[in-house]
Amino acid sequence: MTVAPAPTTTEVKLDQAFPEAVKPDARKGYSGYLVSSDKLVEVATHLRDQAGYTYLSSATAVDYLEEGKLEMVYHFYRMSGGPALVLKTQAPRDNPVIPSLVSVFPGADFQEREAWDLYGIQFPGHPNLKRILMWEGFHGHPMRKDWKEAYYEEDHKPFDLRWPGGQVYRSEQKNPFGHNVSYPQGFTIEGWTPEGDTALYAGMGVVAEAGGQMKTDQIVVNLGPQHPSTHGVFRMVVTLDGETIVDLQPVMGYLHRNHEKIGERNTYIMNMPFTDRLDYISSMSNNLGYALAVEKLMNIKPPERAEYIRVMMVELTRICNHLWAIGFLLNDMGAFFTPALYAIEERELILDVFEAVAGSRMMCNYMRFGGVVRDLPAGVLEKLTELITDRLPRKIDELDGYLTHNEIIRSRCIGVGVLPAEQAIAYSMAGPVLRASGVPYDVRRAEPYSIYDRFDFNVAVRYNGDVYDRYLIRIDEMRESLRILQQVIHAMPGGAIQTGKPQYQVRVPAGEAYGRVENPKGELGYYVISTGKPNPYRYHIRAPSFINLTALGEMCKGHKVADVVVILGSIDIVLGETDR
Amino acid sequence: MYGLGILRGLGVVFKHFVETYTDDIRWWGRRYYNSEALKVRQGPKGSGIFTVQYPEEKLEIPEEFRYIPFLLYEEKPDGTKEDRCTSCGICAKVCPPQCIWIERANDPKTGRPIPAPREFYIDIDICMNCGFCAEYCPFDAIKMDHDFEIASYDRTSAHIWNKEKLSKPVAYYASIRPTNYKREEEARAAEAAKKAAKKSAAAEKAAS
Repeated sequence: MTVAPAPTTTEVKLDQAFPEAVKPDARKGYSGYLVSSDKLVEVATHLRDQAGYTYLSSATAVDYLEEGKLEMVYHFYRMSGGPALVLKTQAPRDNPVIPSLVSVFPGADFQEREAWDLYGIQFPGHPNLKRILMWEGFHGHPMRKDWKEAYYEEDHKPFDLRWPGGQVYRSEQKNPFGHNVSYPQGFTIEGWTPEGDTALYAGMGVVAEAGGQMKTDQIVVNLGPQHPSTHGVFRMVVTLDGETIVDLQPVMGYLHRNHEKIGERNTYIMNMPFTDRLDYISSMSNNLGYALAVEKLMNIKPPERAEYIRVMMVELTRICNHLWAIGFLLNDMGAFFTPALYAIEERELILDVFEAVAGSRMMCNYMRFGGVVRDLPAGVLEKLTELITDRLPRKIDELDGYLTHNEIIRSRCIGVGVLPAEQAIAYSMAGPVLRASGVPYDVRRAEPYSIYDRFDFNVAVRYNGDVYDRYLIRIDEMRESLRILQQVIHAMPGGAIQTGKPQYQVRVPAGEAYGRVENPKGELGYYVISTGKPNPYRYHIRAPSFINLTALGEMCKGHKVADVVVILGSIDIVLGETDR
Repeated sequence: MYGLGILRGLGVVFKHFVETYTDDIRWWGRRYYNSEALKVRQGPKGSGIFTVQYPEEKLEIPEEFRYIPFLLYEEKPDGTKEDRCTSCGICAKVCPPQCIWIERANDPKTGRPIPAPREFYIDIDICMNCGFCAEYCPFDAIKMDHDFEIASYDRTSAHIWNKEKLSKPVAYYASIRPTNYKREEEARAAEAAKKAAKKSAAAEKAAS
């Protein structure tokens, strides 16, 4: 694979390279560079080709209502590791136009569509600028600060009606229709026909041409949204030539609940249980990412014991998730539930631990700013030691022996859905999918957070970039997680589990922070902006399940319909996180 | 040899299959409906069939398990109930989905608000079981319950719980969360002792 040449200087002086277009972001608590939008593509190309920032991790928008500006924020990383380079570019709110970066970083594709959908920013140069989370024909751009949802009550929680008001009601009793619902001009429910699909199919390039020797027509087929192989409500529109995929467009948003808008209504601490519900298979890691982002802003560090407990929980989560992913990958291949149940059985034992510690099996809500909720109850560490040193290694070996050499699995997986390293980086793939393509990039190593710099573990990497390697890498990662866990259990210190007193209303100084963690599914990032008020001004999630889908179409082209299901399974998505 | 991998995999399945019988034999009729066996079966040493025969058998609920909050009241020796809640509103303020409504009680004579709730509602459809209310309540007046079997036939009439439905005695709390209860009672006793010491010190000072 190609790794960008290690740059000689650690910091790129962008403002010297582009004195007219780039200036450092001088706002208090902010970092990075402000770029004028007409030079954005040029600067980004320079970053990619000269400075070695080949990986666009996150691209998101912020609405500065008072200044009348919309801002795009880009986080670039080097594949050799290190901190982010942040670019920002602004556009007026009434006519927001920012050039698209898709030609330079294809991974910006879905993220720019999301920014268009939720903020209404136009991206000239984007090949397919359509709504992605909301439906085509939706009126307004919901993440804008002046947009109000149907059951809108107040801008920020807590709502006065709860206390001291105390007037109990059900939301539907308030008859929301007509209040905060806005329709396009001339809209009638009878006269409305869904236009989105027609436009979508039109873009799929259906041509009735004979392909090859056999006379076949190209047809468009919908896989999903209700389909057992899509792991939730997710739809793939495929153009088929016979049974070969010619084009594939993922359609998502069926589970969209505007998580980020809810997050901006919430106070800081209230977001913690909401993060559980993103990637609901690995809620502990979601908690950690958010806690890290806010701790960066608050400039606090959790005590030693809390750090160890956090790492322990997060690595257990990784094992949980990979067991689940492997089990369901086999389901997708048609090995109906026997392998999945063997894997889920082990996961259950870990969930028992979560339940004993955090109070809930899946919606853990365990981390707090500057620590964790509670110490490990009596008996948990003993049970964990038994699991980690005896049962899980044995069972992972068993799973490995059960599946890895199975000829049917090998013939279904090897060479299917290949994603070369260069493409994986360009498409901003993250996590096991990136590493299975031969890119040894792991946030735990590249930019160590928490106390990961203390542990001895290998970044698992495989080089073929096909479904089989994505399966193998999950087995490898589970073994590495067990190694970390054994070190954690061995070195677990005593002491406090929380810095300062637990507070229900934290004071967060103004500024921005990007907290990212290596989630089991890939890099999970939280971009949080504080204005010093009790509620975050901006709360964005760089969801690995969402961005990893960018390359789905590319991976599926040329394969058969049955392979699409396996390729999707190998990416390992959770729709709670994809749709947010 | 082609097919060896499949055979090896089938070996694993066969091992699981045999284990279900050996485990049955090991427990000889006591494997099911037996809390001791259930604990082993569901623990790190478990083997054989993993499933639980719900509702005849139920998994052991750990102490920290949380589901739908309830309000605590003290039972006085004369039989009256005294709410621990002072209607300070912290639970309603920290509640992420905002499912708690509190009406403050007024003094019947003066009409001024007093530190007690007249009504307390939780919409259990909206409650996300995060446990923040219990975590941040300074009076240990609201705690998370263990009772998860709350299915009902009609959500509109049955799912907004009022104070009467939410209130449970402190003894119930002590039975579901013994270690937490013990720790909190010790903290309260220490706090009371500290207060008393301060008071007596102040009294001494005033007397001298």
